Amino acid sequence: MKILLTNCKIVNHDKTLTKNILIEDGIIKSLTDDTPQADKTYDLKGKMVLPGLIDMHVHFRDPGLEYKEDIISGSYAAAAGGVTAVCPMANTKPVNDNAIITKYMADKGKELGICDILPVGAVSKGMHGEELTEMGDMLSAGACAFSDDGKPVLGSDVMRRALEYVSGFGGMILSHSEDKQLAGEGVIHEGEVSAITGLRGIPAETEEIMIARDILLAKLTGGHVHICHISTRYGVELVRWGKSKGINVTCEVTPHHFSLTDRELLSYDTNCKMNPPLRSADDVKAMKEGLMDGTIDCIATDHAPHSRDEKFQEFDLAPFGITGLQTLVPLTLNLVREGVINENDFSRLCSYAPAQLLRLKGRGVIEEGAMADIAVIDPDKEYVFDKKLNKSKSVNTPFMDKTLKGLCVLTFKNGREVYKADI
Amino acid sequence: MSYSRKDLIGMIDLSKEEILHLLDTAEKFREINHRDVKKVPTLKGKTVVNLFFENSTRTRTSFEIAGKRLSADTVNFSASASSTAKGETLIDTVHNIEAMSTDIFVVRHAYSGAVKFIAENTKASVVNAGDGLNEHPTQSLLDMLTIKQHKGRLEGLNVAIIGDITHSRVARSNIWAMPRLGINLRLFGPKTMLPLCTDPFGVKICGNMEEAVEGADVIMTLRIQRERQGKLLIPSVKEYARYFGLNAARLRLSNNAIVMHPGPINRGVEISSEIADCGQSVILPQVESGVAVRMAVLYTLGTGQRGIE
Ligand SMILES: [Zn+2]
Repeated sequence: MKILLTNCKIVNHDKTLTKNILIEDGIIKSLTDDTPQADKTYDLKGKMVLPGLIDMHVHFRDPGLEYKEDIISGSYAAAAGGVTAVCPMANTKPVNDNAIITKYMADKGKELGICDILPVGAVSKGMHGEELTEMGDMLSAGACAFSDDGKPVLGSDVMRRALEYVSGFGGMILSHSEDKQLAGEGVIHEGEVSAITGLRGIPAETEEIMIARDILLAKLTGGHVHICHISTRYGVELVRWGKSKGINVTCEVTPHHFSLTDRELLSYDTNCKMNPPLRSADDVKAMKEGLMDGTIDCIATDHAPHSRDEKFQEFDLAPFGITGLQTLVPLTLNLVREGVINENDFSRLCSYAPAQLLRLKGRGVIEEGAMADIAVIDPDKEYVFDKKLNKSKSVNTPFMDKTLKGLCVLTFKNGREVYKADI
Repeated sequence: MSYSRKDLIGMIDLSKEEILHLLDTAEKFREINHRDVKKVPTLKGKTVVNLFFENSTRTRTSFEIAGKRLSADTVNFSASASSTAKGETLIDTVHNIEAMSTDIFVVRHAYSGAVKFIAENTKASVVNAGDGLNEHPTQSLLDMLTIKQHKGRLEGLNVAIIGDITHSRVARSNIWAMPRLGINLRLFGPKTMLPLCTDPFGVKICGNMEEAVEGADVIMTLRIQRERQGKLLIPSVKEYARYFGLNAARLRLSNNAIVMHPGPINRGVEISSEIADCGQSVILPQVESGVAVRMAVLYTLGTGQRGIE
């Protein structure tokens, strides 16, 4: 099967070029100015053609909580967002803390074949923060990294040993950095809006204290710590410092943390309740600075589906988290339109860098010989993100029914068309 | 019409005119409470449900008396021991009671924003009787009514609120409402009981007790609720009384201030017994104003303001 994509504005992390792409047997056969014979041809004039996006941080709720999302619905949501590889976190039910569950998740993804499922194994058994999991086994079964995300690894001793152990396998620890005691009963960022609303606050320092600890433990162990969903100015500052000292630390930011502030919470909308919480305008500014100067390595969505019933209750009782796979493209393109990053940075932050961090070969770049994982984006398309467009089982996002700009119109996985927008 | 909203959720978005309208209405109702027969037929045939998801005998009783004096059928529903404990959702509980043709819900809830959430999901009128740390609007109205009664005006008065500001819905409602009526508001309390960021309040934060009470026309002390907030906010009630309690010496620094407290008081902690019982204390008149204010609120929401009969 030969597929030809013509008039492609190919946006790689390092350069943009206009070529035709010939795909053969799931591999990019050539980038060419010719128009070779193909079984199927797509004219992509006016679109951006990016290497398939890689989302290092999603929650697919499978096994155990499939009513929120399962690997199949999650994969469809990913494909509709231009995402061709995801790393589902381990806080499933049961917890993904052994090779059997890891393999179940990866295989279920493979069977469907529209998105690579690269499970994140738990750091500790049952995510109880006490004993280490069999990380070597899980890596062999398809795990890409380790994290107790959703929960912090509270014991510094446990985090130390996890970093040491996993570095022996060349792996990394993704850190959900949160000082639980300082966070207390908090449900939103502590600041002006918590003072106004009477909603209990979570200080920025809750996150920063643990980021500082984790960076120092990376210094101690030489292990690679990757800070998940960074959200505060001093958090970014700490990572910048760590990197300047040659410490093995990287980090990611979610689109909502660079797009929204805690002012959204004046409405008590549970679809704006997430952990870490939406922060102040200054923190949002710091996210953009961190993206601009490269302190922040990549963008990940922390796609966290919850059912309507769970979100439709008292603010304090509603779970933390919002969906994100299908809003990744428009929100990141906002950064491009604002001049915070350029198109190549978009490609780097959402594809190349995660591929590097996860040590994925043949992904994250459009070049001859790479896997034909491709996201085609119409950057100027304006549309209302509604339930019809939404492919996730859940609709818990503040962007539901909002007008967005920039849409993934076509997604290829291993050279196969796996998503085509019908608007 | 000066108050045309379906609900009373908080003071934060009420205009000066709306607040004054409710206070004026309450002043008229105060007279009824001094009649021999303390009852008017204004809300006859209306059903008012006190929906209390958090215990508060005083506030509930005050609303209940207010409703009965307006001839409404008042029903008390304590949720802690019933449906929500069986796993029913908040809105299902509300819809069930609404289905029995409720006109007004008076709601108290332990979580901030919960009363707004209910109001958005019921056709009935909703009165906030305290939600989490957020607001307690009828308490704020009764505070202002009491001040007006004793000082003859609100405009230009210096009011000091002292105590646990962060965790006080009474304080928060007053912080929004009082400056809107021309009151100079100042706050004081231990740093652990003040929000990190007080900018949105737009009022003066005092550095010590003396500064807070000096020249004040009204001193409002808040209840310390140690049982709810753990032991980290203050080391001991003895120390609290020493640095943040109101005593005779401090009261003398004021401008002959009236002393207020939302009750129930911890004698010797927020306020010394001699102050609580002195002539400047208006703690019991506050309770009386409470009934009038709640009558005014129920009346305004329940009738769209037909005349007082
Ligand atoms: Zn997390």
